[in-house]
Amino acid sequence: MRNELTKYLEELRARGLSPERESRILAELATAATGHGMPSDTPTDLELARFGESIYAFGDMLVLKQAVNLHHTASSLIKSLDELLERDRQREQDGFPRKIQVGRLIKPGRGGKGKVVVIPTTVEEKFYHDPTVRPPGEGGESGGTGEEKEGEVIGEQPVREEGEQPGAGSGEGQGEKHELESSAYELGKTLTEKFQLPNLQDKGKKRSFTRYTYELTDKHRGFGQVLDKKATLRKIVESNIALGNVPDVEDIDPTRFLIAPRDKVYRILSREKDFEPQAMVFFLRDYSGSMAGKVTDLVVSQHILIYSWLLYQYGGQVDSRFILHDTDAKEVPDFYTYYNSRVAGGTEVASAYQLVNQIVDRENLDKDYNIYVFHGTDGDDWDTGGEKAIPELEKMLKYSSRVGVTIAEHGMGVSEGTEVARYLKGSGLLRDKPELLRLDIMTEDADEARLIEGIRKLIS
Amino acid sequence: MELINQHTKRIMEGCKERALEAGLRFTDESLEYIVTNRDLLELSPKVMIPTLYDYWVHDVEVLREKGKYELYPNNPYETVINTRPPISFYNDNNPDWLNVMIFYHVLAHIDFFQNNLYFRHTWDYDFNGQALSDKRVIARLRAEKGRWVDYVIEFARSIDNLVDFHGELSELFNPADAGCSPRLNYYFDVFLQDVKKVSVNDYVKEVNRYNECTKRYGELSEKTFFREAELRYPELEAHLSRGVEGHPSRKRDLLRFILDNSDFLDRDENTWMKSILEIIRKTSVFFQPQIRTKIMNEGWASYWHETLFLQDNRIKGHEVDFARVHAGVTAMPRVGMNPYALGMRLFNYIEDQAGKGRISYEFQRLVDSDSRKQFDVGDNSGRGFIFEIRENLCDYLFLKNFLDQDFLDRHKLFVAGKRLDQQRKVWQYYVKSRKAEDYLQMMMGSLYHPPAIYVDMSKGIEGSLYLVHMFEGKQLVRDYIANTMMAIEYLWGGPVHLETSEAEIVAGQATSWKQETPQQGEIRWQRVVYSMKEKTLTRKLL
Repeated sequence: MRNELTKYLEELRARGLSPERESRILAELATAATGHGMPSDTPTDLELARFGESIYAFGDMLVLKQAVNLHHTASSLIKSLDELLERDRQREQDGFPRKIQVGRLIKPGRGGKGKVVVIPTTVEEKFYHDPTVRPPGEGGESGGTGEEKEGEVIGEQPVREEGEQPGAGSGEGQGEKHELESSAYELGKTLTEKFQLPNLQDKGKKRSFTRYTYELTDKHRGFGQVLDKKATLRKIVESNIALGNVPDVEDIDPTRFLIAPRDKVYRILSREKDFEPQAMVFFLRDYSGSMAGKVTDLVVSQHILIYSWLLYQYGGQVDSRFILHDTDAKEVPDFYTYYNSRVAGGTEVASAYQLVNQIVDRENLDKDYNIYVFHGTDGDDWDTGGEKAIPELEKMLKYSSRVGVTIAEHGMGVSEGTEVARYLKGSGLLRDKPELLRLDIMTEDADEARLIEGIRKLIS
Repeated sequence: MELINQHTKRIMEGCKERALEAGLRFTDESLEYIVTNRDLLELSPKVMIPTLYDYWVHDVEVLREKGKYELYPNNPYETVINTRPPISFYNDNNPDWLNVMIFYHVLAHIDFFQNNLYFRHTWDYDFNGQALSDKRVIARLRAEKGRWVDYVIEFARSIDNLVDFHGELSELFNPADAGCSPRLNYYFDVFLQDVKKVSVNDYVKEVNRYNECTKRYGELSEKTFFREAELRYPELEAHLSRGVEGHPSRKRDLLRFILDNSDFLDRDENTWMKSILEIIRKTSVFFQPQIRTKIMNEGWASYWHETLFLQDNRIKGHEVDFARVHAGVTAMPRVGMNPYALGMRLFNYIEDQAGKGRISYEFQRLVDSDSRKQFDVGDNSGRGFIFEIRENLCDYLFLKNFLDQDFLDRHKLFVAGKRLDQQRKVWQYYVKSRKAEDYLQMMMGSLYHPPAIYVDMSKGIEGSLYLVHMFEGKQLVRDYIANTMMAIEYLWGGPVHLETSEAEIVAGQATSWKQETPQQGEIRWQRVVYSMKEKTLTRKLL
């Protein structure tokens, strides 16, 4: 693997590389050997978990088992996300810094069970003593009970690696007592009013929602919800003509009508199956070495938002596929793996596009599905000028309903924009097919509100 | 929210009779409500006060990460609130025996609220009613001023932990005629110490001279005293008139200080903000004693629910059920702290010690461990003694006075430490110390303690506000400084400076971004000044 990459690098060098790019590529190459491991699932020792817990964490309602620790679920929030974000925008206009953070993310469960924790959060800033300032290597103190001698070890817990974890930091917090769990559905719900999949088309084969809609379309004689006056009158006239009760059609006297109960025609509430066009969404994530840190966090967060919104809005009827790429692309079975795989190795965007094209081609998805592709990257690509990526992208645009590319730029990034941004713009595709291809570039320090704006940009 | 039914209320009244008989003291009336989870969702951000003012942050989940309780010590899930009458909250499906236990717990809390002197300022009014009228004030203002009301609430709340609760309290206990005249106060507290900076020796001489005067001249003592003083300091009179008439605000109560001295708030178009600041301040002061008596309050309640439940003849047959719940509440955790467990054990311990006459100099002087064990000269008056404790102490004094080596040994307590094992990449939890002073140190470190920040009038130049953070071995949370100072700048209407101490971690050589190096690092403290001017924060070393 490494040799191939080195060979590839030689090729690139032969074609000419700026020293700056070469150094970045070399840095990525150095990470290639580490592999894309998953974070170890270390069970938290419950006894030890209470280390450092404050005495103020206790409250009567909880301790006396009268209540469980409640939290605001997205659906129980009185204010919608929109209102809160609006308030935040207003704050900025009034000259105060923003205060709402959206999207506190916590590790989704294994096997596609998208457990996401997203809730508008804020902090009340005051002057507080910082209890965490202490010499490095010290982990603080707490109380304890037991027979052991001084100095004896009572338990151990693995250190969570910092700095290079995948989905940087997103996975943290599992097993903590105060994590706020809500399902992806609930997050989706808060987002749902804002978005809709664009360019959704009928693709022949339809699948029905298990949900039904209820409509007042069926007619029923005798009883029902709403009297259909016109139809009723018609029936009455019919009956009366049949009874010989209308001697002169030119001069009808409605007061003489005989009205049978069965003549009354009602509209009745009826259950209708709802059909929806199908959609397939591809999530593409660059997990090369350069993605370490905040950029990965941003990309995954955004994809989590999109994923949970899809889950909610399309009731699980939208199929999702997950693809990770460095210089090679591979498909992974669930969101968990997608979300948690470690970053390492070089970058070649084309590999991912190519894989999508292959999958679509092989499974003939184009015929039955609306296809959406969301790609997250830091914009770095070994493939200069997109020589391989652009042709694959063009192929992709032929069948897909929307391709959304998110570039999270490194702070210390390249002045003239990133490689991917450059060749996307250079290709003219953005200009020619604005309905099909969208690009969103954000900086490393973007906040959650910015992420949501980004989604809007990608799918509006 | 609805009231509990008559059957349950009857049980509560029975509990009251038994509690009163046992010596607890509280007002006759109380209200008990059934709450659902939905009610709790609304109540918990309002610290269980149903009538507290509305504020948008209450609708948002406030981040309360693990280990950050130091920052947010208000636990929202209390069962009973300190109102008149006291209001308590229950599940609607508690069995009777459990209600009996909780009722005793609640009654002990009420007893604590109504007898502990740190709550003195809450005794003369009903906070629930007060909060309701405040809520209406805020609602009316909001109708007029819109979102600016919420900004002012936010800014006021950002300094609502700097309210000098103790200063407020001490005034309540000073009888009107016990104090000295303002002139005397100024002379001794400010003039001699700050202006003249006399030596301790001279200061004591001056105090003696004053005492002499009172003895000899009675009524005329003060006049005589000052006549002599003026001979020595001719400028005294000028200082006196300026100093005494100056703003009387206490300097450690930042919120009060801003209320009294901010020119910005004094402008006609801004005076409405003052009522909001008053409300925020009042609310904060109301909750102060609760935070400062957490261990005592819960310990006291646990002590009594145990004692009274076991004596209660109505719930025979539920001893095992009770034991399970009670153990869940008051078991000492293997690692970590539990205010219920610690407080209850300490009350039991003190009762025992006092009963044996061990709270005495005689006992303290004993060093021989065997005779310490045997020592018993008491008259079993321990119960009376713990009643005094609940009346007069707060958590700090409670621990400081009574948490000793005997107590630690009896309950096998230790300070647990956590350290990094570099080779094996694990955090190790270990027994760090079994010494009482270390345990005490650890407990003290975890008690609620807002930073001591006072206004230094002598350093504020041209309408700016100069704050000094007294260094107590901890730095402020740096991320919050900017926004907090911005809030103060807004309310003050001018530049704000904050003098504080910050840690610089001097690490060993081998430190890289991946590997923490333990032991080699040490903390060096440095004094810095933050300045907030027109929403821009600057920092400079002193």
